[in-house]
Amino acid sequence: MKLIINNIIQFYYQGFRNMTIGKRLWTIIIIKLVLLFLVLKVFFFPNFLKTHFKTDAERSNYVIEQLTK
Amino acid sequence: MEHIDFSLVDWSRAQFALTALYHWLFVPLTLGLSFIIAFMETLYYRTGNPEWKRITKFWMTLFGVNFAIGVATGIILEFEFGTNWSNYSWFVGDIFGAPLAIEGIMAFFMESTFIAVMFFGWNKVSKKFHLASTWLVAIGSNLSALWILVANAWMQYPAGMRFNPDTARNEMVNFWEVLFSPVAINKFSHTVLSAYILASIFVIGVSAWFILKNRELPFAKKSIKIAAIFGIVASFLTMVTGDGSARNMAKYQPMKFAAMENLYDGQKNAPLVAIGILKEDKQEALHKKQDFRFQIEIPNMLSYMAFLDPNAYVPGIKDLVHGNPEYKIMSIKEKSEKGKVAIQSLAEYKNAKKAKNDTLAKSALTKFEANYPWFGYGYYAGRDEHELIPNIPLTFYSFRIMVGLGFHFLALFLVVLILLKKEKLEKSKIVLYTALWTIPLAYIASELGWIVAEVGRQPWVIQDILPAIAAVSQIKATSVQITFWLFFILFTGLLIAEIKIMLSQIKKGPATESESKL
Repeated sequence: MKLIINNIIQFYYQGFRNMTIGKRLWTIIIIKLVLLFLVLKVFFFPNFLKTHFKTDAERSNYVIEQLTK
Repeated sequence: MEHIDFSLVDWSRAQFALTALYHWLFVPLTLGLSFIIAFMETLYYRTGNPEWKRITKFWMTLFGVNFAIGVATGIILEFEFGTNWSNYSWFVGDIFGAPLAIEGIMAFFMESTFIAVMFFGWNKVSKKFHLASTWLVAIGSNLSALWILVANAWMQYPAGMRFNPDTARNEMVNFWEVLFSPVAINKFSHTVLSAYILASIFVIGVSAWFILKNRELPFAKKSIKIAAIFGIVASFLTMVTGDGSARNMAKYQPMKFAAMENLYDGQKNAPLVAIGILKEDKQEALHKKQDFRFQIEIPNMLSYMAFLDPNAYVPGIKDLVHGNPEYKIMSIKEKSEKGKVAIQSLAEYKNAKKAKNDTLAKSALTKFEANYPWFGYGYYAGRDEHELIPNIPLTFYSFRIMVGLGFHFLALFLVVLILLKKEKLEKSKIVLYTALWTIPLAYIASELGWIVAEVGRQPWVIQDILPAIAAVSQIKATSVQITFWLFFILFTGLLIAEIKIMLSQIKKGPATESESKL
């Protein structure tokens, strides 16, 4: 089991180490994910119902109120 | 609705359209190229010819670039659901949750696990296991698309659900009805097949560039052969599924169908306008009757396309707005009245439950359920009926340009394949340049398909049940404007990065065995 896990780790380690263009792509992926999840999601995209209401009952009451007003 | 902030609704729609269109720039190449790579590697596995391995690895690198730049761009759409479209997000309940959860668990993990083997596993795992991984990446990518498209199809044709008035959420009562609804089947197959066409065009266009530069000729010809065959098969199947989509549209979204055809007055033996120019394209005329400046028609074709009967009556915009008792078509006014009853009885039900008046709650619920199919029309009671007509010129032209380009792609596949067989492709500079410049056209056609589907169904977010005006969150329009431009900058940056890295990889050409790495 230990050997299998070690082989998998080595497989990924060697794979990432030997990348050429892949390093540039990973940099883009990481920058993009940081921008999406740590900037846009946190500061610009709060979940409206989750931030304004505590329970699902409050959320459903609010949505019904919105839909029927 | 007492007060509608149209600026908020329009900016929220614009932002969603921007992110969806940009996201779709990356997706189709991933869907189609993954299969082309799998075919190429299968040939390597079966023949043992190292040239096929070299070819596979080159296209795999471009696949990797596209995958890396495009990955997670779709997550933004989910952010928007929670922030800009919270009423909608709550209202759809678990209908969206289930397919998207399956997508996350099954398809995404399958894709991301085997993608590592695909890129890092050459000479480390057996040829058979590597090939299996490549196929699983292709299948996984396409399965991801399946679940997203099932969710989208449900919005166009809500099936297999029941609205729970206590929670204000739609609950799935039959998963198979959601998965196998006629709209879902056609939407998935038509969309992925069109993605295969785009990927085939991409491979042929890039290979044509190599031939024009007199570089890597065996590589380019082999790539073109695979892509052209794949493209021809995909083109014919796209026609079949497109035909199915048109029939679904005529049945379940007749207003979209009438707008797409600019059919104002319904008629029997309706002709299809193959080519047409509309007279008016001014803002005030976008949702109103449009005359043709010029048109070429195919007699009876629209009736046949819609109902498989050349004599069938195809309802026009006028019938759908004002009703047509002869063909049992309800007017918008009648539908709005029913929708209004549904909205009022939902409010009555909620108040009766609060007051613990079970008798009143029961009668309100009965009234609500009887009128729920027209719920969304209730928001248009007393409003201008033209608000329920989508943008006619945009859907009309988008459809025609998409179909026209589809025929161009099929002709290109056939021509390059014939020239390849006759060994005349290198000399046909016009065909090679056409192939190269068809790459952007494939992207245009792909985006136009989405414009027909999504602009054509406006103002509905969920067909007949929830319009955009009732689906948005009560937030400030300025905050949506700010994030619109932030996304515009982010996506444009990603697109520039994609094009730059792709071009540099293409210029390098297929690598030798020793230098071949991602």
